[in-house]
Amino acid sequence: MIRVVLPQHLRTLAHVSGEVLIEVEGEVTQRSILDALENSYPMLRGTIRDHVTHERRPFLRFFACAEDWSHEAPDTPLPKEIISGAEPFLIVGAIAGG
Amino acid sequence: MSKVRVLVGTRKGAFILSSDGKREKWEVSGPHFAGWEIYHVKGSPADPNRLYASQSSGWFGQIIQRSDDGGKTWHQPGVAADQPPAEGGRPAGESNKFVYDASGETGKPLTTHQWYDGTQHPWEFKRVWHLEPSLTEPDIVFAGIEDAALFRSTDGGQSWHELPGLRGNDTGPRWQPGAGGMCLHTIILDPSNPKRMFIAISAAGAFRTDDGGKTWKPINRGLKSQYIPDPNAEVGHCVHHVAMHGARPNTLFMQKHWDVMRSDDAGDNWREVSGNLPTDFGFVIDVHAHEPETIYVVPIKSDSEHFPLEGKLRVYRSRTGGNEWEPLTKGLPQSDCYVNVLRDAMAVDSLDSCGVYFGTTGGQVYASADAGNNWAPIVRDLPAVLSVEVQTLP
Repeated sequence: MIRVVLPQHLRTLAHVSGEVLIEVEGEVTQRSILDALENSYPMLRGTIRDHVTHERRPFLRFFACAEDWSHEAPDTPLPKEIISGAEPFLIVGAIAGG
Repeated sequence: MSKVRVLVGTRKGAFILSSDGKREKWEVSGPHFAGWEIYHVKGSPADPNRLYASQSSGWFGQIIQRSDDGGKTWHQPGVAADQPPAEGGRPAGESNKFVYDASGETGKPLTTHQWYDGTQHPWEFKRVWHLEPSLTEPDIVFAGIEDAALFRSTDGGQSWHELPGLRGNDTGPRWQPGAGGMCLHTIILDPSNPKRMFIAISAAGAFRTDDGGKTWKPINRGLKSQYIPDPNAEVGHCVHHVAMHGARPNTLFMQKHWDVMRSDDAGDNWREVSGNLPTDFGFVIDVHAHEPETIYVVPIKSDSEHFPLEGKLRVYRSRTGGNEWEPLTKGLPQSDCYVNVLRDAMAVDSLDSCGVYFGTTGGQVYASADAGNNWAPIVRDLPAVLSVEVQTLP
């Protein structure tokens, strides 16, 4: 199972409290994780990536194994630690404050 | 005994304020959707327990919420948390999918509009400013969005489809955003004619359809705006809000960027009725529930100083349909008050003694149970109020 950590507001929308565990068929990439996530939690569609273009929303970033994957191609395979579930795939909101 | 329910959208969540017909003691529920911007919450006239809310965020985009029990519980239409997967898989989850209809069959090309610097800029969806439920069908609701376009749902908000004739109007390339964005913020349904609808866009102006939304015409003749190259232009006027009394659907009242205006021919011609107002800049305007010639505005100092004149929060009332205005001050702060009252943040109830309500950017929601003569705050310390709507319940 793939572990996904959502920002607090998306956990509220999805009615989950902690990490989300999802089954991903085929190669584990950002796209396949998000496809599986939106299939299990359809209320999240449009909140992480655009409904039509599937582009990442500008104030969100994706992290895996302490690396920023936000600007990687969506079909690039993710590290084995994500695939094994040793590390979670992080969806993080940009920090706004000052 | 009758009850009232005040639906308040704020920068950080929605609140529901409830009282009996006396409107003296209030229960406060919320924040609903804490931390999110709630641009608008409105109930269906056909089913008062059906509420729609526009929830948005710079991070996560647009969400539509619906309640079927008067605001006790909420869900995203079509994707309720306890809804089992339908045969064939999960529901599509399209209640927040607002895609301009640029198809060859039903749509209009996705062109450009004027940007702040006069260049052309592509149409881009940003958020839903206003939700207007049908007068007769709880599952039909209209959405006014930024960048300006009109959408309709016929399935209780589960899916949305643009009425592209408005955005495709010939004048579209000349529409431009106001300071708050190019928002379609006002939707008025004519109770006497289901084919007729009025909308207003900042900063394009007012428009009317007489064929159920297929075609639209600008209705801005008589508006004068010194801040645009041609003050009498067909479009480009920064209309802040429009109000109508259901018994007089041909009479419209408008608070423009500057000027309070009136039309008695469904918007074909407008005339200024600012009269003796101390300043005719402002955002809100509304009409008394039982007196179609009694109207309310909250004058704001200027376009660069969005607060009341002299630090005195005053509602102005005209009982003559404009021109002659009286200040209403009892119960409102008359010193050191520098809040704003935004365009969708005033509403009236329809009890025998008409109640008037408005919310401020300082987080106060004021109520008057006697048509504006006396005011008292229902709440004082909410986040900045974006919208106020009222339901009068049996």
